[in-house]
Amino acid sequence: MERIPILRLGNLLLVTIQVDLYDKLAETLEADLVQMINKTNAQGVLIDISAVSIIDSFMGRIIGNIATMSRVLDAETVVVGMQPAVAITLVELGLPLKGVASALSVDKGMEVLKKKIQQKEGLKDTPEDNDFIG
Amino acid sequence: MKNEAITIFQKRKKIILETWIKYQLADETLREDLISNEDLRTQSDELLNALVTKLSDQNIDDVKSPGFEQVTDILNSISVSRAKQGFSPRETGIYVLSLKDALLEILQQDIKDPQELYIQSLKISKLIDGFSIMTFEAFLKEREDVILRQTDEITEISTPVIQVWDGILALPIIGTLDSARTQIVMENLLQKIVETGSGIAILDISGVPAVDSLVAQHLIKTVSATRLMGAECIISGIRPEIAQTVVHLGIDLSNVITKATLASALKSAFAMLRLQVVNKSTVNL
Repeated sequence: MERIPILRLGNLLLVTIQVDLYDKLAETLEADLVQMINKTNAQGVLIDISAVSIIDSFMGRIIGNIATMSRVLDAETVVVGMQPAVAITLVELGLPLKGVASALSVDKGMEVLKKKIQQKEGLKDTPEDNDFIG
Repeated sequence: MKNEAITIFQKRKKIILETWIKYQLADETLREDLISNEDLRTQSDELLNALVTKLSDQNIDDVKSPGFEQVTDILNSISVSRAKQGFSPRETGIYVLSLKDALLEILQQDIKDPQELYIQSLKISKLIDGFSIMTFEAFLKEREDVILRQTDEITEISTPVIQVWDGILALPIIGTLDSARTQIVMENLLQKIVETGSGIAILDISGVPAVDSLVAQHLIKTVSATRLMGAECIISGIRPEIAQTVVHLGIDLSNVITKATLASALKSAFAMLRLQVVNKSTVNL
Protein backbone atom coordinates (compact mmCIF):
# COMPACT_ATOMS: atom_id res chain seq x y z
CA MET A 1 0.00 0.00 0.00
CA GLU A 2 1.12 3.52 -0.76
CA ARG A 3 2.51 5.42 2.19
CA ILE A 4 3.80 8.90 2.72
CA PRO A 5 7.31 8.84 4.19
CA ILE A 6 7.94 10.57 7.49
CA LEU A 7 11.54 11.65 7.88
CA ARG A 8 13.24 12.32 11.16
CA LEU A 9 15.43 15.39 11.33
CA GLY A 10 16.91 15.76 14.79
CA ASN A 11 13.99 16.40 17.07
CA LEU A 12 11.74 17.30 14.15
CA LEU A 13 9.66 15.22 11.79
CA LEU A 14 9.51 16.13 8.13
CA VAL A 15 6.57 15.03 6.01
CA THR A 16 6.64 15.92 2.33
CA ILE A 17 3.47 15.08 0.50
CA GLN A 18 4.49 14.56 -3.11
CA VAL A 19 1.22 13.23 -4.44
CA ASP A 20 -2.34 14.41 -4.37
CA LEU A 21 -3.86 13.07 -1.19
CA TYR A 22 -6.82 10.76 -1.29
CA ASP A 23 -8.88 9.95 1.75
CA LYS A 24 -7.32 6.63 2.69
CA LEU A 25 -3.79 7.92 2.26
CA ALA A 26 -4.54 10.93 4.45
CA GLU A 27 -5.98 8.74 7.19
CA THR A 28 -2.93 6.46 7.07
CA LEU A 29 -0.67 9.50 7.27
CA GLU A 30 -2.55 10.78 10.29
CA ALA A 31 -2.16 7.43 12.09
CA ASP A 32 1.49 6.97 11.06
CA LEU A 33 2.44 10.47 12.09
CA VAL A 34 0.90 10.18 15.54
CA GLN A 35 2.69 6.86 16.05
CA MET A 36 5.95 8.39 14.89
CA ILE A 37 5.67 11.41 17.20
CA ASN A 38 5.08 9.08 20.08
CA LYS A 39 7.99 6.82 19.13
CA THR A 40 10.58 9.51 18.43
CA ASN A 41 9.43 12.00 20.99
CA ALA A 42 9.59 14.66 18.30
CA GLN A 43 9.16 18.28 19.24
CA GLY A 44 7.94 19.59 15.95
CA VAL A 45 6.28 18.45 12.74
CA LEU A 46 6.78 20.12 9.39
CA ILE A 47 4.34 19.20 6.66
CA ASP A 48 5.28 20.26 3.14
CA ILE A 49 2.22 20.39 0.92
CA SER A 50 3.76 22.34 -1.96
CA ALA A 51 2.96 19.51 -4.39
CA VAL A 52 -0.68 19.26 -3.33
CA SER A 53 -2.81 21.03 -5.90
CA ILE A 54 -6.24 19.79 -4.90
CA ILE A 55 -7.75 19.87 -1.45
CA ASP A 56 -11.25 19.23 -0.10
CA SER A 57 -12.91 19.71 3.25
CA PHE A 58 -11.85 16.25 4.38
CA MET A 59 -8.16 16.93 3.72
CA GLY A 60 -8.51 20.29 5.39
CA ARG A 61 -9.89 18.60 8.44
CA ILE A 62 -7.17 15.93 8.45
CA ILE A 63 -4.49 18.62 8.41
CA GLY A 64 -6.26 20.41 11.25
CA ASN A 65 -6.55 17.10 13.13
CA ILE A 66 -2.86 16.34 12.71
CA ALA A 67 -1.98 19.72 14.16
CA THR A 68 -4.29 19.27 17.15
CA MET A 69 -3.08 15.71 17.79
CA SER A 70 0.56 16.82 17.61
CA ARG A 71 -0.11 19.56 20.10
CA VAL A 72 -1.65 17.03 22.47
CA LEU A 73 1.54 14.99 22.06
CA ASP A 74 3.58 18.10 22.78
CA ALA A 75 4.81 18.76 19.25
CA GLU A 76 4.30 21.91 17.16
CA THR A 77 3.04 21.70 13.59
CA VAL A 78 3.88 23.94 10.66
CA VAL A 79 2.35 23.59 7.20
CA VAL A 80 4.60 24.93 4.47
CA GLY A 81 4.36 25.71 0.76
CA MET A 82 0.61 25.86 0.38
CA GLN A 83 -0.44 26.60 -3.20
CA PRO A 84 -2.56 29.73 -3.76
CA ALA A 85 -5.43 27.68 -5.17
CA VAL A 86 -5.40 25.46 -2.09
CA ALA A 87 -5.40 28.47 0.25
CA ILE A 88 -8.34 30.01 -1.59
CA THR A 89 -10.24 26.72 -1.50
CA LEU A 90 -9.71 26.34 2.24
CA VAL A 91 -10.90 29.89 2.89
CA GLU A 92 -13.93 29.42 0.67
CA LEU A 93 -14.70 26.17 2.49
CA GLY A 94 -14.58 28.10 5.76
CA LEU A 95 -11.58 26.13 7.03
CA PRO A 96 -8.94 28.71 7.90
CA LEU A 97 -6.97 26.00 9.82
CA LYS A 98 -7.05 27.80 13.14
CA GLY A 99 -4.11 26.87 15.30
CA VAL A 100 -1.97 25.62 12.44
CA ALA A 101 1.09 27.72 11.76
CA SER A 102 2.06 28.10 8.14
CA ALA A 103 5.15 29.26 6.31
CA LEU A 104 6.09 29.96 2.73
CA SER A 105 8.98 27.53 2.40
CA VAL A 106 10.59 24.63 4.26
CA ASP A 107 13.38 26.99 5.25
CA LYS A 108 11.06 29.50 6.84
CA GLY A 109 8.98 26.71 8.34
CA MET A 110 12.06 25.36 10.12
CA GLU A 111 12.74 28.78 11.59
CA VAL A 112 9.15 29.06 12.82
CA LEU A 113 9.34 25.59 14.38
CA LYS A 114 12.65 26.24 16.10
CA LYS A 115 11.37 29.51 17.49
CA LYS A 116 8.24 27.83 18.81
CA ILE A 117 10.19 25.02 20.42
CA GLN A 118 12.58 27.48 22.02
CA GLN A 119 9.69 29.50 23.38
CA LYS A 120 8.14 26.36 24.79
CA GLU A 121 11.32 25.33 26.51
CA GLY A 122 11.41 28.68 28.19
CA LEU A 123 14.59 29.71 26.46
CA LYS A 124 14.41 33.33 25.61
CA ASP A 125 14.51 34.16 21.95
CA THR A 126 17.27 36.65 21.45
CA PRO A 127 16.28 38.62 18.41
CA GLU A 128 19.03 41.20 18.93
CA ASP A 129 21.68 38.65 18.03
CA ASN A 130 20.62 38.20 14.45
CA ASP A 131 19.50 41.74 13.87
CA PHE A 132 20.45 43.11 10.51
CA ILE A 133 19.96 46.30 8.60
CA GLY A 134 18.50 45.94 5.12
CA MET B 1 -55.07 34.14 -52.81
CA LYS B 2 -51.96 36.20 -52.38
CA ASN B 3 -52.10 39.08 -49.99
CA GLU B 4 -52.60 42.31 -51.89
CA ALA B 5 -49.99 44.25 -49.95
CA ILE B 6 -47.30 41.69 -50.69
CA THR B 7 -47.97 41.89 -54.42
CA ILE B 8 -47.81 45.66 -54.27
CA PHE B 9 -44.52 45.64 -52.40
CA GLN B 10 -42.95 43.18 -54.76
CA LYS B 11 -44.01 45.23 -57.74
CA ARG B 12 -42.98 48.58 -56.36
CA LYS B 13 -39.83 47.68 -54.52
CA LYS B 14 -37.77 50.37 -56.24
CA ILE B 15 -40.14 53.14 -55.29
CA ILE B 16 -40.30 51.93 -51.71
CA LEU B 17 -36.53 52.06 -51.51
CA GLU B 18 -36.45 55.58 -52.90
CA THR B 19 -39.14 56.73 -50.47
CA TRP B 20 -37.37 55.07 -47.58
CA ILE B 21 -34.03 56.65 -48.45
CA LYS B 22 -35.80 59.97 -48.87
CA TYR B 23 -37.30 59.67 -45.39
CA GLN B 24 -33.95 58.72 -43.91
CA LEU B 25 -32.13 61.58 -45.58
CA ALA B 26 -34.86 64.00 -44.56
CA ASP B 27 -34.34 63.20 -40.91
CA GLU B 28 -32.25 65.80 -39.13
CA THR B 29 -30.46 63.27 -37.02
CA LEU B 30 -28.93 61.53 -40.01
CA ARG B 31 -25.29 60.90 -39.22
CA GLU B 32 -23.43 61.49 -42.42
CA ASP B 33 -20.24 61.49 -40.43
CA LEU B 34 -20.77 57.88 -39.38
CA ILE B 35 -22.14 56.34 -42.55
CA SER B 36 -21.96 57.48 -46.16
CA ASN B 37 -25.07 57.79 -48.32
CA GLU B 38 -23.93 55.00 -50.60
CA ASP B 39 -23.43 52.64 -47.71
CA LEU B 40 -26.80 53.57 -46.35
CA ARG B 41 -28.38 52.84 -49.71
CA THR B 42 -26.69 49.44 -50.08
CA GLN B 43 -27.67 48.53 -46.55
CA SER B 44 -31.27 49.58 -47.05
CA ASP B 45 -31.49 47.88 -50.43
CA GLU B 46 -30.25 44.61 -49.03
CA LEU B 47 -32.69 44.71 -46.14
CA LEU B 48 -35.67 45.68 -48.26
CA ASN B 49 -34.83 43.01 -50.81
CA ALA B 50 -34.71 40.33 -48.17
CA LEU B 51 -37.93 41.53 -46.59
CA VAL B 52 -39.94 41.76 -49.79
CA THR B 53 -38.70 38.44 -51.12
CA LYS B 54 -39.42 36.56 -47.92
CA LEU B 55 -42.73 38.20 -47.16
CA SER B 56 -45.61 35.76 -47.65
CA ASP B 57 -49.16 35.09 -46.50
CA GLN B 58 -47.92 32.67 -43.88
CA ASN B 59 -45.40 34.84 -42.13
CA ILE B 60 -46.85 38.32 -42.42
CA ASP B 61 -48.29 37.99 -38.90
CA ASP B 62 -45.27 36.37 -37.30
CA VAL B 63 -41.94 38.15 -36.96
CA LYS B 64 -40.30 35.04 -35.53
CA SER B 65 -41.23 32.75 -38.43
CA PRO B 66 -38.29 30.92 -39.99
CA GLY B 67 -38.96 32.65 -43.31
CA PHE B 68 -37.64 35.88 -41.86
CA GLU B 69 -34.34 34.44 -40.74
CA GLN B 70 -32.41 36.29 -43.41
CA VAL B 71 -34.17 39.56 -42.57
CA THR B 72 -33.43 39.16 -38.87
CA ASP B 73 -29.80 38.35 -39.62
CA ILE B 74 -29.39 41.48 -41.70
CA LEU B 75 -31.14 43.59 -39.07
CA ASN B 76 -28.96 42.15 -36.31
CA SER B 77 -25.76 42.80 -38.18
CA ILE B 78 -26.89 46.34 -38.99
CA SER B 79 -27.68 47.17 -35.39
CA VAL B 80 -24.49 45.52 -34.12
CA SER B 81 -22.39 47.56 -36.53
CA ARG B 82 -24.35 50.69 -35.63
CA ALA B 83 -23.82 50.11 -31.93
CA LYS B 84 -20.09 49.76 -32.56
CA GLN B 85 -19.95 52.86 -34.75
CA GLY B 86 -21.56 54.90 -32.00
CA PHE B 87 -25.05 55.51 -33.35
CA SER B 88 -27.60 56.50 -30.76
CA PRO B 89 -30.54 54.16 -30.12
CA ARG B 90 -32.81 56.85 -31.53
CA GLU B 91 -30.99 56.90 -34.86
CA THR B 92 -31.09 53.14 -35.16
CA GLY B 93 -34.77 53.15 -34.25
CA ILE B 94 -35.58 55.78 -36.85
CA TYR B 95 -33.79 53.74 -39.49
CA VAL B 96 -36.21 50.83 -39.11
CA LEU B 97 -39.29 52.87 -38.39
CA SER B 98 -38.86 55.05 -41.47
CA LEU B 99 -39.20 51.86 -43.52
CA LYS B 100 -42.67 51.56 -42.08
CA ASP B 101 -43.52 55.08 -43.22
CA ALA B 102 -42.33 54.25 -46.73
CA LEU B 103 -44.29 51.01 -46.90
CA LEU B 104 -47.46 52.62 -45.60
CA GLU B 105 -47.20 55.46 -48.08
CA ILE B 106 -47.04 53.03 -50.99
CA LEU B 107 -50.00 51.08 -49.61
CA GLN B 108 -51.98 54.29 -49.38
CA GLN B 109 -51.30 55.07 -53.00
CA ASP B 110 -52.20 51.62 -54.30
CA ILE B 111 -55.08 50.37 -52.20
CA LYS B 112 -58.25 52.30 -52.79
CA ASP B 113 -60.64 50.39 -50.52
CA PRO B 114 -60.40 52.07 -47.08
CA GLN B 115 -61.15 48.94 -45.09
CA GLU B 116 -58.58 46.87 -46.95
CA LEU B 117 -56.07 49.68 -46.56
CA TYR B 118 -56.69 49.75 -42.82
CA ILE B 119 -56.26 46.00 -42.42
CA GLN B 120 -53.07 45.90 -44.51
CA SER B 121 -51.58 48.95 -42.78
CA LEU B 122 -52.20 47.37 -39.41
CA LYS B 123 -50.47 44.17 -40.47
CA ILE B 124 -47.46 45.96 -41.88
CA SER B 125 -47.21 48.20 -38.82
CA LYS B 126 -47.21 45.20 -36.54
CA LEU B 127 -44.58 43.43 -38.58
CA ILE B 128 -42.21 46.38 -38.75
CA ASP B 129 -42.73 47.10 -35.06
CA GLY B 130 -41.70 43.54 -34.35
CA PHE B 131 -38.58 44.07 -36.42
CA SER B 132 -37.74 47.30 -34.70
CA ILE B 133 -38.00 45.62 -31.31
CA MET B 134 -35.57 42.97 -32.52
CA THR B 135 -33.22 45.64 -33.79
CA PHE B 136 -33.35 47.29 -30.41
CA GLU B 137 -32.58 44.10 -28.61
CA ALA B 138 -29.59 43.44 -30.82
CA PHE B 139 -28.44 47.03 -30.41
CA LEU B 140 -28.65 46.91 -26.63
CA LYS B 141 -26.99 43.53 -26.46
CA GLU B 142 -24.04 44.80 -28.43
CA ARG B 143 -23.80 47.83 -26.16
CA GLU B 144 -23.85 45.58 -23.12
CA ASP B 145 -21.13 43.43 -24.62
CA VAL B 146 -19.01 46.53 -25.05
CA ILE B 147 -19.58 47.42 -21.39
CA LEU B 148 -18.71 43.89 -20.28
CA ARG B 149 -15.51 43.95 -22.26
CA GLN B 150 -14.58 47.25 -20.67
CA THR B 151 -15.32 45.87 -17.21
CA ASP B 152 -13.00 42.95 -17.89
CA GLU B 153 -10.34 45.32 -19.04
CA ILE B 154 -10.65 47.46 -15.91
CA THR B 155 -10.36 44.41 -13.68
CA GLU B 156 -7.32 43.34 -15.59
CA ILE B 157 -5.44 46.60 -15.27
CA SER B 158 -6.47 47.55 -11.76
CA THR B 159 -4.90 44.81 -9.69
CA PRO B 160 -1.15 45.31 -9.78
CA VAL B 161 0.93 43.69 -7.06
CA ILE B 162 3.99 45.75 -6.26
CA GLN B 163 7.10 44.57 -4.53
CA VAL B 164 8.01 47.50 -2.30
CA TRP B 165 10.86 45.82 -0.51
CA ASP B 166 12.60 42.51 -0.37
CA GLY B 167 9.93 40.37 1.32
CA ILE B 168 7.21 43.03 1.30
CA LEU B 169 4.44 43.20 -1.30
CA ALA B 170 1.88 45.97 -1.65
CA LEU B 171 -1.45 45.73 -3.41
CA PRO B 172 -3.31 49.00 -3.87
CA ILE B 173 -6.97 48.29 -4.48
CA ILE B 174 -8.78 50.94 -6.48
CA GLY B 175 -12.53 50.78 -7.05
CA THR B 176 -15.27 48.72 -5.53
CA LEU B 177 -14.51 45.17 -4.47
CA ASP B 178 -17.03 42.59 -5.60
CA SER B 179 -16.74 38.81 -5.43
CA ALA B 180 -15.31 38.40 -8.90
CA ARG B 181 -12.71 41.10 -8.35
CA THR B 182 -11.73 39.84 -4.92
CA GLN B 183 -11.09 36.47 -6.49
CA ILE B 184 -8.71 38.01 -9.02
CA VAL B 185 -7.04 40.21 -6.42
CA MET B 186 -6.60 37.24 -4.11
CA GLU B 187 -5.21 34.99 -6.83
CA ASN B 188 -2.78 37.65 -8.06
CA LEU B 189 -1.57 38.38 -4.56
CA LEU B 190 -1.11 34.74 -3.55
CA GLN B 191 0.62 33.94 -6.82
CA LYS B 192 3.02 36.82 -6.31
CA ILE B 193 3.68 35.73 -2.72
CA VAL B 194 4.74 32.33 -4.01
CA GLU B 195 6.84 33.81 -6.79
CA THR B 196 8.72 36.27 -4.62
CA GLY B 197 8.66 34.37 -1.34
CA SER B 198 7.47 37.52 0.40
CA GLY B 199 6.49 37.18 4.02
CA ILE B 200 4.37 40.32 4.28
CA ALA B 201 1.61 41.65 2.07
CA ILE B 202 0.08 45.11 2.46
CA LEU B 203 -3.46 45.58 1.15
CA ASP B 204 -4.05 49.28 0.64
CA ILE B 205 -7.72 50.16 0.46
CA SER B 206 -7.46 53.95 0.23
CA GLY B 207 -8.90 53.68 -3.28
CA VAL B 208 -11.95 51.70 -2.21
CA PRO B 209 -14.89 54.12 -2.10
CA ALA B 210 -16.97 52.27 0.47
CA VAL B 211 -16.69 49.23 2.67
CA ASP B 212 -19.84 47.27 3.38
CA SER B 213 -20.11 43.94 5.13
CA LEU B 214 -19.57 42.07 1.87
CA VAL B 215 -16.40 43.97 0.98
CA ALA B 216 -15.14 43.48 4.54
CA GLN B 217 -15.79 39.78 4.26
CA HIS B 218 -13.83 39.65 1.02
CA LEU B 219 -10.96 41.44 2.72
CA ILE B 220 -11.02 39.03 5.65
CA LYS B 221 -11.00 36.11 3.21
CA THR B 222 -7.95 37.50 1.46
CA VAL B 223 -6.20 37.94 4.79
CA SER B 224 -7.03 34.37 5.87
CA ALA B 225 -5.78 32.95 2.57
CA THR B 226 -2.53 34.88 2.89
CA ARG B 227 -2.07 33.57 6.43
CA LEU B 228 -2.69 30.02 5.25
CA MET B 229 0.11 30.44 2.78
CA GLY B 230 2.37 31.46 5.63
CA ALA B 231 2.55 35.18 5.00
CA GLU B 232 1.25 38.05 7.10
CA CYS B 233 -1.26 40.53 5.75
CA ILE B 234 -1.66 44.17 6.75
CA ILE B 235 -4.62 46.27 5.66
CA SER B 236 -3.77 49.93 5.25
CA GLY B 237 -5.37 53.09 3.95
CA ILE B 238 -8.42 52.93 6.17
CA ARG B 239 -10.12 56.30 6.00
CA PRO B 240 -12.04 57.65 9.01
CA GLU B 241 -15.39 57.14 7.26
CA ILE B 242 -14.51 53.54 6.57
CA ALA B 243 -13.49 53.00 10.17
CA GLN B 244 -16.89 54.39 11.16
CA THR B 245 -18.83 52.11 8.83
CA VAL B 246 -16.84 49.08 9.87
CA VAL B 247 -17.68 49.68 13.52
CA HIS B 248 -21.32 50.53 12.80
CA LEU B 249 -21.72 47.36 10.78
CA GLY B 250 -20.19 45.39 13.62
CA ILE B 251 -17.48 43.86 11.47
CA ASP B 252 -14.79 42.15 13.50
CA LEU B 253 -11.39 43.13 12.16
CA SER B 254 -9.58 42.32 15.40
CA ASN B 255 -7.69 39.42 13.81
CA VAL B 256 -6.40 41.67 11.07
CA ILE B 257 -3.54 44.10 11.39
CA THR B 258 -4.91 47.46 10.26
CA LYS B 259 -3.00 50.68 9.69
CA ALA B 260 -4.17 54.12 8.71
CA THR B 261 -1.66 54.78 5.98
CA LEU B 262 0.59 52.83 3.69
CA ALA B 263 3.56 54.49 5.36
CA SER B 264 2.67 53.17 8.80
CA ALA B 265 1.95 49.74 7.32
CA LEU B 266 5.39 49.75 5.75
CA LYS B 267 6.88 50.82 9.03
CA SER B 268 5.31 47.92 10.88
CA ALA B 269 6.34 45.56 8.07
CA PHE B 270 9.92 46.72 8.56
CA ALA B 271 9.56 46.11 12.27
CA MET B 272 8.31 42.58 11.62
CA LEU B 273 11.26 41.85 9.35
CA ARG B 274 13.52 43.53 11.93
CA LEU B 275 14.65 46.10 9.43
CA GLN B 276 15.50 49.63 10.35
CA VAL B 277 15.51 52.78 8.31
CA VAL B 278 18.12 55.18 9.58
CA ASN B 279 19.11 58.67 8.70
CA LYS B 280 22.63 58.46 7.35
CA SER B 281 23.72 61.83 8.64
CA THR B 282 22.92 60.94 12.25
CA VAL B 283 24.52 57.50 12.07
CA ASN B 284 27.87 58.43 10.60
CA LEU B 285 28.51 61.45 12.74
